[in-house]
Amino acid sequence: MLRKIIFFNLIFSTFISQISKSAESGGMPQLNPEFWISQIFWLVLSFGILFLVLSKFILPKIRNNIELRKSQILENIEAAEKQKIEAENKLKNYEELITKSKNEAKNYFNEARKKIIEDIDKKKQSLEKEINIEISGAEDEVRELVKKAPEKIQKIAIETSSDIVRQLIGEEVNNSSMSAIVDDLSKKNRGKYYGN
Amino acid sequence: MATNPMHQFEVYRIGPEIKINQIDISFTNASLFMIISALSILFIFNLGSSKKNIIPNKIQLLAELSYSFISKMISDTAGSKGKPYFNLIFSLFMFVLFCNMFGMLPYSFTVTSHIIVTFFLASLIFIGVTIIGFIKHGLGYLKLFVPSGVPLVLLPLIVVIEVISYLSRPISLSVRLFANMMAGHTMMKVFGGFVISLGVVGGWLPLSFSVALTGLEILVAFLQAYVFAILTCIYLNDALNLHH
Repeated sequence: MLRKIIFFNLIFSTFISQISKSAESGGMPQLNPEFWISQIFWLVLSFGILFLVLSKFILPKIRNNIELRKSQILENIEAAEKQKIEAENKLKNYEELITKSKNEAKNYFNEARKKIIEDIDKKKQSLEKEINIEISGAEDEVRELVKKAPEKIQKIAIETSSDIVRQLIGEEVNNSSMSAIVDDLSKKNRGKYYGN
Repeated sequence: MATNPMHQFEVYRIGPEIKINQIDISFTNASLFMIISALSILFIFNLGSSKKNIIPNKIQLLAELSYSFISKMISDTAGSKGKPYFNLIFSLFMFVLFCNMFGMLPYSFTVTSHIIVTFFLASLIFIGVTIIGFIKHGLGYLKLFVPSGVPLVLLPLIVVIEVISYLSRPISLSVRLFANMMAGHTMMKVFGGFVISLGVVGGWLPLSFSVALTGLEILVAFLQAYVFAILTCIYLNDALNLHH
Protein backbone atom coordinates (compact mmCIF):
# COMPACT_ATOMS: atom_id res chain seq x y z
CA MET A 1 0.00 0.00 0.00
CA LEU A 2 2.77 2.37 1.02
CA ARG A 3 4.71 1.54 -2.14
CA LYS A 4 1.64 2.24 -4.22
CA ILE A 5 1.21 5.64 -2.61
CA ILE A 6 4.88 6.44 -3.20
CA PHE A 7 4.60 5.29 -6.82
CA PHE A 8 1.60 7.47 -7.56
CA ASN A 9 3.16 10.37 -5.70
CA LEU A 10 6.17 10.04 -7.95
CA ILE A 11 4.02 10.07 -11.09
CA PHE A 12 1.99 12.99 -9.81
CA SER A 13 5.03 15.03 -8.85
CA THR A 14 6.70 14.50 -12.26
CA PHE A 15 3.46 15.53 -13.94
CA ILE A 16 3.28 18.69 -11.85
CA SER A 17 6.92 19.49 -12.47
CA GLN A 18 6.49 19.10 -16.23
CA ILE A 19 3.49 21.41 -16.28
CA SER A 20 5.30 24.01 -14.17
CA LYS A 21 8.31 23.78 -16.50
CA SER A 22 6.10 24.48 -19.49
CA ALA A 23 4.50 27.37 -17.68
CA GLU A 24 7.90 28.84 -16.89
CA SER A 25 8.96 28.82 -20.53
CA GLY A 26 6.05 31.00 -21.60
CA GLY A 27 3.12 28.60 -22.10
CA MET A 28 1.81 27.82 -25.55
CA PRO A 29 4.08 28.66 -28.46
CA GLN A 30 0.90 28.75 -30.57
CA LEU A 31 -0.04 32.07 -29.00
CA ASN A 32 3.27 33.69 -29.87
CA PRO A 33 2.46 35.88 -32.88
CA GLU A 34 6.07 36.08 -34.07
CA PHE A 35 5.61 33.61 -36.96
CA TRP A 36 1.87 33.99 -37.60
CA ILE A 37 2.29 35.91 -40.82
CA SER A 38 4.96 33.51 -42.01
CA GLN A 39 2.74 30.52 -41.28
CA ILE A 40 -0.19 32.06 -43.13
CA PHE A 41 2.06 32.93 -46.06
CA TRP A 42 3.47 29.43 -46.37
CA LEU A 43 0.06 27.88 -45.77
CA VAL A 44 -1.44 29.90 -48.62
CA LEU A 45 1.52 29.04 -50.82
CA SER A 46 1.60 25.30 -50.17
CA PHE A 47 -2.16 24.81 -50.01
CA GLY A 48 -2.63 26.97 -53.10
CA ILE A 49 -0.12 24.94 -55.09
CA LEU A 50 -1.65 21.70 -53.78
CA PHE A 51 -5.17 22.83 -54.70
CA LEU A 52 -4.19 24.06 -58.16
CA VAL A 53 -2.18 21.00 -59.14
CA LEU A 54 -4.77 18.59 -57.73
CA SER A 55 -7.71 20.26 -59.43
CA LYS A 56 -5.97 20.97 -62.74
CA PHE A 57 -3.98 17.80 -63.32
CA ILE A 58 -4.53 14.97 -60.89
CA LEU A 59 -8.19 14.82 -59.94
CA PRO A 60 -9.50 14.95 -63.55
CA LYS A 61 -7.22 12.02 -64.36
CA ILE A 62 -8.56 10.00 -61.44
CA ARG A 63 -12.12 10.91 -62.44
CA ASN A 64 -11.43 9.80 -66.01
CA ASN A 65 -9.92 6.55 -64.82
CA ILE A 66 -12.92 5.78 -62.64
CA GLU A 67 -15.40 6.66 -65.38
CA LEU A 68 -13.43 4.68 -67.94
CA ARG A 69 -13.52 1.66 -65.69
CA LYS A 70 -17.24 2.10 -65.04
CA SER A 71 -18.07 2.36 -68.73
CA GLN A 72 -15.82 -0.55 -69.59
CA ILE A 73 -17.41 -2.69 -66.91
CA LEU A 74 -20.87 -1.75 -68.17
CA GLU A 75 -19.84 -2.62 -71.73
CA ASN A 76 -18.44 -5.91 -70.56
CA ILE A 77 -21.61 -6.69 -68.66
CA GLU A 78 -23.68 -5.91 -71.75
CA ALA A 79 -21.46 -8.11 -73.89
CA ALA A 80 -21.68 -10.85 -71.31
CA GLU A 81 -25.45 -10.65 -71.26
CA LYS A 82 -25.59 -10.81 -75.06
CA GLN A 83 -23.37 -13.83 -75.03
CA LYS A 84 -25.48 -15.40 -72.33
CA ILE A 85 -28.61 -15.00 -74.48
CA GLU A 86 -26.74 -16.40 -77.45
CA ALA A 87 -25.55 -19.32 -75.41
CA GLU A 88 -29.08 -20.00 -74.22
CA ASN A 89 -30.35 -19.96 -77.80
CA LYS A 90 -27.60 -22.31 -78.83
CA LEU A 91 -28.45 -24.61 -75.97
CA LYS A 92 -32.08 -24.61 -77.11
CA ASN A 93 -31.05 -25.38 -80.67
CA TYR A 94 -28.81 -28.11 -79.43
CA GLU A 95 -31.57 -29.66 -77.37
CA GLU A 96 -33.96 -29.49 -80.31
CA LEU A 97 -31.36 -31.12 -82.50
CA ILE A 98 -30.82 -33.83 -79.95
CA THR A 99 -34.52 -34.64 -79.62
CA LYS A 100 -34.87 -34.58 -83.41
CA SER A 101 -31.99 -36.92 -83.91
CA LYS A 102 -33.26 -39.16 -81.13
CA ASN A 103 -36.60 -39.45 -82.90
CA GLU A 104 -34.87 -40.10 -86.21
CA ALA A 105 -32.75 -42.76 -84.64
CA LYS A 106 -35.89 -44.37 -83.20
CA ASN A 107 -37.53 -44.31 -86.62
CA TYR A 108 -34.47 -45.81 -88.27
CA PHE A 109 -34.34 -48.48 -85.63
CA ASN A 110 -38.02 -49.31 -86.04
CA GLU A 111 -37.73 -49.46 -89.82
CA ALA A 112 -34.70 -51.66 -89.63
CA ARG A 113 -36.48 -53.97 -87.23
CA LYS A 114 -39.50 -54.20 -89.49
CA LYS A 115 -37.31 -54.93 -92.48
CA ILE A 116 -35.38 -57.56 -90.63
CA ILE A 117 -38.55 -59.20 -89.38
CA GLU A 118 -39.98 -59.21 -92.91
CA ASP A 119 -36.78 -60.66 -94.31
CA ILE A 120 -36.75 -63.31 -91.67
CA ASP A 121 -40.37 -64.17 -92.44
CA LYS A 122 -39.69 -64.37 -96.19
CA LYS A 123 -36.67 -66.57 -95.72
CA LYS A 124 -38.56 -68.73 -93.28
CA GLN A 125 -41.36 -69.16 -95.77
CA SER A 126 -39.04 -70.00 -98.67
CA LEU A 127 -37.09 -72.34 -96.47
CA GLU A 128 -40.28 -74.04 -95.36
CA LYS A 129 -41.32 -74.42 -99.01
CA GLU A 130 -37.98 -75.97 -99.89
CA ILE A 131 -38.14 -78.21 -96.88
CA ASN A 132 -41.63 -79.24 -97.79
CA ILE A 133 -40.54 -80.04 -101.38
CA GLU A 134 -37.62 -82.02 -100.14
CA ILE A 135 -39.76 -83.82 -97.61
CA SER A 136 -42.29 -84.73 -100.28
CA GLY A 137 -39.45 -85.89 -102.61
CA ALA A 138 -38.03 -88.00 -99.87
CA GLU A 139 -41.45 -89.41 -99.09
CA ASP A 140 -41.88 -90.29 -102.76
CA GLU A 141 -38.54 -92.04 -102.78
CA VAL A 142 -39.44 -93.91 -99.66
CA ARG A 143 -42.76 -94.91 -101.20
CA GLU A 144 -41.06 -96.12 -104.36
CA LEU A 145 -38.52 -97.98 -102.33
CA VAL A 146 -41.33 -99.53 -100.35
CA LYS A 147 -43.03 -100.50 -103.61
CA LYS A 148 -39.87 -102.03 -105.03
CA ALA A 149 -38.87 -103.71 -101.83
CA PRO A 150 -41.05 -106.93 -102.18
CA GLU A 151 -39.67 -107.77 -105.63
CA LYS A 152 -36.11 -107.39 -104.44
CA ILE A 153 -36.86 -109.34 -101.33
CA GLN A 154 -38.47 -112.01 -103.50
CA LYS A 155 -35.37 -112.18 -105.70
CA ILE A 156 -33.11 -112.39 -102.69
CA ALA A 157 -35.40 -114.92 -101.12
CA ILE A 158 -35.33 -117.03 -104.27
CA GLU A 159 -31.56 -116.85 -104.49
CA THR A 160 -31.01 -117.60 -100.83
CA SER A 161 -33.53 -120.37 -100.80
CA SER A 162 -31.97 -121.91 -103.92
CA ASP A 163 -28.59 -121.62 -102.31
CA ILE A 164 -29.84 -123.21 -99.14
CA VAL A 165 -31.53 -125.97 -101.09
CA ARG A 166 -28.42 -126.65 -103.12
CA GLN A 167 -26.32 -126.86 -100.04
CA LEU A 168 -28.82 -129.00 -98.32
CA ILE A 169 -29.47 -131.36 -101.21
CA GLY A 170 -26.43 -130.76 -103.34
CA GLU A 171 -28.48 -130.44 -106.52
CA GLU A 172 -29.59 -127.62 -108.77
CA VAL A 173 -33.18 -126.71 -108.32
CA ASN A 174 -35.33 -125.25 -111.04
CA ASN A 175 -35.55 -121.55 -110.59
CA SER A 176 -39.08 -121.23 -111.81
CA SER A 177 -40.48 -123.70 -109.33
CA MET A 178 -38.58 -122.01 -106.57
CA SER A 179 -39.91 -118.56 -107.48
CA ALA A 180 -43.41 -119.97 -107.59
CA ILE A 181 -43.10 -121.24 -104.04
CA VAL A 182 -41.58 -117.90 -102.82
CA ASP A 183 -44.33 -115.97 -104.59
CA ASP A 184 -46.92 -118.03 -102.99
CA LEU A 185 -45.38 -117.55 -99.52
CA SER A 186 -44.86 -113.86 -99.89
CA LYS A 187 -48.42 -113.34 -101.07
CA LYS A 188 -49.63 -115.22 -98.04
CA ASN A 189 -47.52 -113.16 -95.63
CA ARG A 190 -47.60 -109.78 -97.30
CA GLY A 191 -49.99 -108.26 -94.81
CA LYS A 192 -47.82 -109.48 -91.99
CA TYR A 193 -44.61 -107.58 -93.10
CA TYR A 194 -45.79 -104.39 -94.78
CA GLY A 195 -49.01 -103.59 -93.11
CA ASN A 196 -50.86 -102.32 -96.26
CA MET B 1 13.96 21.94 -22.08
CA ALA B 2 13.73 18.62 -23.92
CA THR B 3 11.12 17.33 -21.49
CA ASN B 4 8.92 20.37 -21.85
CA PRO B 5 5.77 19.01 -23.53
CA MET B 6 5.10 22.34 -25.24
CA HIS B 7 8.56 22.50 -26.77
CA GLN B 8 7.44 20.42 -29.77
CA PHE B 9 5.08 23.19 -30.85
CA GLU B 10 7.76 25.85 -31.08
CA VAL B 11 8.27 27.41 -34.48
CA TYR B 12 11.81 28.31 -35.49
CA ARG B 13 13.46 29.73 -38.53
CA ILE B 14 15.16 27.42 -41.01
CA GLY B 15 17.67 29.33 -43.08
CA PRO B 16 17.83 33.10 -43.40
CA GLU B 17 15.30 35.68 -42.29
CA ILE B 18 13.05 36.70 -45.21
CA LYS B 19 11.29 40.05 -44.90
CA ILE B 20 8.98 41.77 -47.34
CA ASN B 21 7.95 45.30 -46.26
CA GLN B 22 9.00 44.63 -42.68
CA ILE B 23 6.77 41.51 -42.60
CA ASP B 24 8.59 38.36 -41.54
CA ILE B 25 7.80 35.46 -43.86
CA SER B 26 10.84 33.37 -43.04
CA PHE B 27 10.92 29.70 -43.92
CA THR B 28 10.24 27.80 -40.68
CA ASN B 29 9.79 24.21 -39.58
CA ALA B 30 6.02 24.78 -39.95
CA SER B 31 6.55 25.85 -43.57
CA LEU B 32 8.76 22.82 -44.11
CA PHE B 33 6.06 20.41 -42.98
CA MET B 34 3.36 22.20 -44.97
CA ILE B 35 5.50 21.83 -48.10
CA ILE B 36 6.33 18.21 -47.26
CA SER B 37 2.63 17.40 -46.77
CA ALA B 38 1.58 19.11 -49.98
CA LEU B 39 4.36 17.50 -52.00
CA SER B 40 3.71 14.02 -50.64
CA ILE B 41 0.02 14.36 -51.46
CA LEU B 42 0.90 15.43 -54.99
CA PHE B 43 3.47 12.64 -55.30
CA ILE B 44 1.13 9.88 -54.09
CA PHE B 45 -1.86 11.01 -56.13
CA ASN B 46 0.23 11.61 -59.21
CA LEU B 47 1.49 8.03 -58.95
CA GLY B 48 -2.07 6.86 -58.37
CA SER B 49 -3.48 8.60 -61.40
CA SER B 50 -0.74 8.15 -64.00
CA LYS B 51 -1.64 4.60 -65.00
CA LYS B 52 -4.96 3.68 -66.53
CA ASN B 53 -5.27 0.08 -65.46
CA ILE B 54 -8.70 -1.49 -65.51
CA ILE B 55 -7.65 -3.52 -62.50
CA PRO B 56 -5.91 -0.88 -60.38
CA ASN B 57 -2.60 -1.44 -58.64
CA LYS B 58 -2.27 -0.61 -54.94
CA ILE B 59 -1.42 3.09 -55.20
CA GLN B 60 -4.06 3.62 -57.90
CA LEU B 61 -6.59 1.88 -55.70
CA LEU B 62 -5.62 4.17 -52.82
CA ALA B 63 -6.10 7.28 -54.97
CA GLU B 64 -9.41 6.09 -56.40
CA LEU B 65 -10.76 4.94 -53.04
CA SER B 66 -9.99 8.31 -51.47
CA TYR B 67 -11.57 10.01 -54.48
CA SER B 68 -14.79 8.03 -54.10
CA PHE B 69 -14.66 8.41 -50.31
CA ILE B 70 -14.67 12.22 -50.53
CA SER B 71 -17.10 12.19 -53.44
CA LYS B 72 -19.54 10.08 -51.43
CA MET B 73 -19.09 12.29 -48.39
CA ILE B 74 -19.98 15.38 -50.42
CA SER B 75 -22.99 13.82 -52.13
CA ASP B 76 -24.27 12.50 -48.80
CA THR B 77 -24.07 15.82 -46.99
CA ALA B 78 -24.37 18.55 -49.65
CA GLY B 79 -26.15 16.66 -52.43
CA SER B 80 -25.46 16.96 -56.13
CA LYS B 81 -25.05 20.74 -55.85
CA GLY B 82 -21.85 20.21 -53.87
CA LYS B 83 -20.04 18.62 -56.79
CA PRO B 84 -18.29 21.79 -58.06
CA TYR B 85 -16.58 22.17 -54.68
CA PHE B 86 -15.17 18.63 -54.76
CA ASN B 87 -11.63 19.73 -55.65
CA LEU B 88 -11.45 22.18 -52.76
CA ILE B 89 -12.82 19.76 -50.18
CA PHE B 90 -10.60 16.97 -51.44
CA SER B 91 -7.49 19.19 -51.15
CA LEU B 92 -8.60 20.41 -47.74
CA PHE B 93 -9.19 16.91 -46.38
CA MET B 94 -5.93 15.57 -47.77
CA PHE B 95 -3.91 18.55 -46.55
CA VAL B 96 -5.28 18.34 -43.01
CA LEU B 97 -4.95 14.54 -42.99
CA PHE B 98 -1.34 14.58 -44.17
CA CYS B 99 -0.37 17.39 -41.79
CA ASN B 100 -1.92 15.44 -38.91
CA MET B 101 -0.24 12.21 -39.97
CA PHE B 102 3.19 13.79 -40.47
CA GLY B 103 2.79 15.19 -36.97
CA MET B 104 2.67 11.62 -35.70
CA LEU B 105 6.29 11.01 -36.73
CA PRO B 106 8.72 11.47 -33.84
CA TYR B 107 10.67 14.78 -33.90
CA SER B 108 8.35 16.14 -36.57
CA PHE B 109 6.18 19.24 -36.41
CA THR B 110 2.39 19.22 -36.43
CA VAL B 111 1.21 22.06 -38.63
CA THR B 112 -2.41 21.68 -37.57
CA SER B 113 -1.55 22.04 -33.88
CA HIS B 114 -1.22 25.79 -34.45
CA ILE B 115 -4.36 27.82 -33.96
CA ILE B 116 -3.34 30.35 -36.59
CA VAL B 117 -3.19 27.70 -39.31
CA THR B 118 -6.48 26.04 -38.46
CA PHE B 119 -8.17 29.39 -37.89
CA PHE B 120 -6.97 30.65 -41.25
CA LEU B 121 -8.33 27.56 -43.01
CA ALA B 122 -11.60 27.71 -41.07
CA SER B 123 -12.14 31.40 -41.75
CA LEU B 124 -11.36 30.82 -45.41
CA ILE B 125 -14.12 28.22 -45.45
CA PHE B 126 -16.45 30.43 -43.44
CA ILE B 127 -15.98 33.46 -45.69
CA GLY B 128 -16.22 31.33 -48.83
CA VAL B 129 -19.39 29.60 -47.69
CA THR B 130 -20.99 32.91 -46.71
CA ILE B 131 -20.16 34.41 -50.11
CA ILE B 132 -21.55 31.34 -51.89
CA GLY B 133 -24.71 31.58 -49.81
CA PHE B 134 -25.28 35.24 -50.67
CA ILE B 135 -24.53 34.62 -54.36
CA LYS B 136 -26.98 31.69 -54.57
CA HIS B 137 -29.81 33.16 -52.50
CA GLY B 138 -29.14 36.90 -52.29
CA LEU B 139 -30.49 38.45 -49.10
CA GLY B 140 -32.69 35.37 -48.76
CA TYR B 141 -29.66 33.70 -47.27
CA LEU B 142 -30.44 35.60 -44.07
CA LYS B 143 -33.47 33.31 -43.68
CA LEU B 144 -30.91 30.78 -42.40
CA PHE B 145 -31.14 32.61 -39.08
CA VAL B 146 -34.94 32.30 -38.94
CA PRO B 147 -35.90 28.66 -38.51
CA SER B 148 -39.43 27.80 -39.62
CA GLY B 149 -42.08 26.74 -37.13
CA VAL B 150 -40.77 28.78 -34.22
CA PRO B 151 -43.35 30.71 -32.13
CA LEU B 152 -43.14 34.49 -32.59
CA VAL B 153 -42.36 35.09 -28.96
CA LEU B 154 -39.21 33.02 -29.12
CA LEU B 155 -38.12 34.32 -32.51
CA PRO B 156 -35.83 37.19 -31.39
CA LEU B 157 -34.02 34.87 -29.00
CA ILE B 158 -33.69 32.13 -31.62
CA VAL B 159 -32.38 34.56 -34.22
CA VAL B 160 -29.73 35.84 -31.83
CA ILE B 161 -28.69 32.28 -30.97
CA GLU B 162 -28.57 31.32 -34.66
CA VAL B 163 -26.43 34.35 -35.53
CA ILE B 164 -24.01 33.60 -32.70
CA SER B 165 -23.78 29.94 -33.68
CA TYR B 166 -23.18 30.91 -37.30
CA LEU B 167 -20.46 33.39 -36.38
CA SER B 168 -18.79 30.93 -34.05
CA ARG B 169 -18.47 28.35 -36.80
CA PRO B 170 -14.90 29.28 -37.80
CA ILE B 171 -13.84 29.35 -34.15
CA SER B 172 -15.36 25.97 -33.34
CA LEU B 173 -14.02 24.46 -36.55
CA SER B 174 -10.48 25.71 -35.96
CA VAL B 175 -10.33 25.18 -32.20
CA ARG B 176 -11.64 21.62 -32.53
CA LEU B 177 -8.78 20.61 -34.84
CA PHE B 178 -6.09 22.64 -33.08
CA ALA B 179 -7.07 21.54 -29.56
CA ASN B 180 -7.32 17.89 -30.51
CA MET B 181 -3.91 17.87 -32.13
CA MET B 182 -2.24 19.87 -29.38
CA ALA B 183 -3.78 17.90 -26.53
CA GLY B 184 -2.88 14.57 -28.08
CA HIS B 185 0.71 15.50 -28.75
CA THR B 186 1.12 17.06 -25.31
CA MET B 187 -0.24 13.91 -23.66
CA MET B 188 2.17 11.75 -25.62
CA LYS B 189 5.07 14.00 -24.72
CA VAL B 190 4.09 13.98 -21.03
CA PHE B 191 3.88 10.19 -20.93
CA GLY B 192 7.13 10.00 -22.85
CA GLY B 193 8.67 12.22 -20.17
CA PHE B 194 7.34 9.85 -17.48
CA VAL B 195 9.10 6.94 -19.14
CA ILE B 196 12.42 8.78 -18.81
CA SER B 197 11.90 10.11 -15.30
CA LEU B 198 10.58 6.83 -13.82
CA GLY B 199 13.33 4.79 -15.46
CA VAL B 200 13.52 1.02 -15.94
CA VAL B 201 11.58 0.25 -12.75
CA GLY B 202 8.43 2.33 -13.19
CA GLY B 203 8.66 3.38 -16.80
CA TRP B 204 6.77 0.46 -18.27
CA LEU B 205 3.32 1.69 -17.34
CA PRO B 206 3.66 5.11 -19.03
CA LEU B 207 5.43 3.42 -21.94
CA SER B 208 2.46 1.14 -22.55
CA PHE B 209 0.21 4.17 -22.17
CA SER B 210 2.31 5.99 -24.71
CA VAL B 211 1.99 3.09 -27.18
CA ALA B 212 -1.77 3.01 -26.73
CA LEU B 213 -1.93 6.79 -27.12
CA THR B 214 -0.02 6.58 -30.39
CA GLY B 215 -2.73 4.33 -31.82
CA LEU B 216 -5.41 6.62 -30.47
CA GLU B 217 -3.68 9.68 -31.90
CA ILE B 218 -3.47 8.15 -35.37
CA LEU B 219 -7.20 7.54 -35.14
CA VAL B 220 -7.74 11.12 -33.94
CA ALA B 221 -5.56 12.44 -36.77
CA PHE B 222 -7.77 10.76 -39.33
CA LEU B 223 -10.97 11.54 -37.50
CA GLN B 224 -10.24 15.25 -37.12
CA ALA B 225 -9.39 15.57 -40.81
CA TYR B 226 -12.67 13.81 -41.59
CA VAL B 227 -14.62 16.01 -39.17
CA PHE B 228 -13.00 19.13 -40.63
CA ALA B 229 -14.00 18.08 -44.15
CA ILE B 230 -17.49 16.92 -43.28
CA LEU B 231 -18.25 20.11 -41.35
CA THR B 232 -17.11 22.07 -44.39
CA CYS B 233 -19.57 19.99 -46.42
CA ILE B 234 -22.36 20.68 -43.93
CA TYR B 235 -21.71 24.44 -43.99
CA LEU B 236 -21.64 24.26 -47.77
CA ASN B 237 -24.93 22.38 -47.70
CA ASP B 238 -26.47 25.22 -45.65
CA ALA B 239 -25.32 27.71 -48.26
CA LEU B 240 -26.38 25.63 -51.28
CA ASN B 241 -29.69 24.16 -50.14
CA LEU B 242 -31.50 26.69 -47.97
CA HIS B 243 -34.19 24.73 -46.12
CA HIS B 244 -36.79 27.29 -45.21
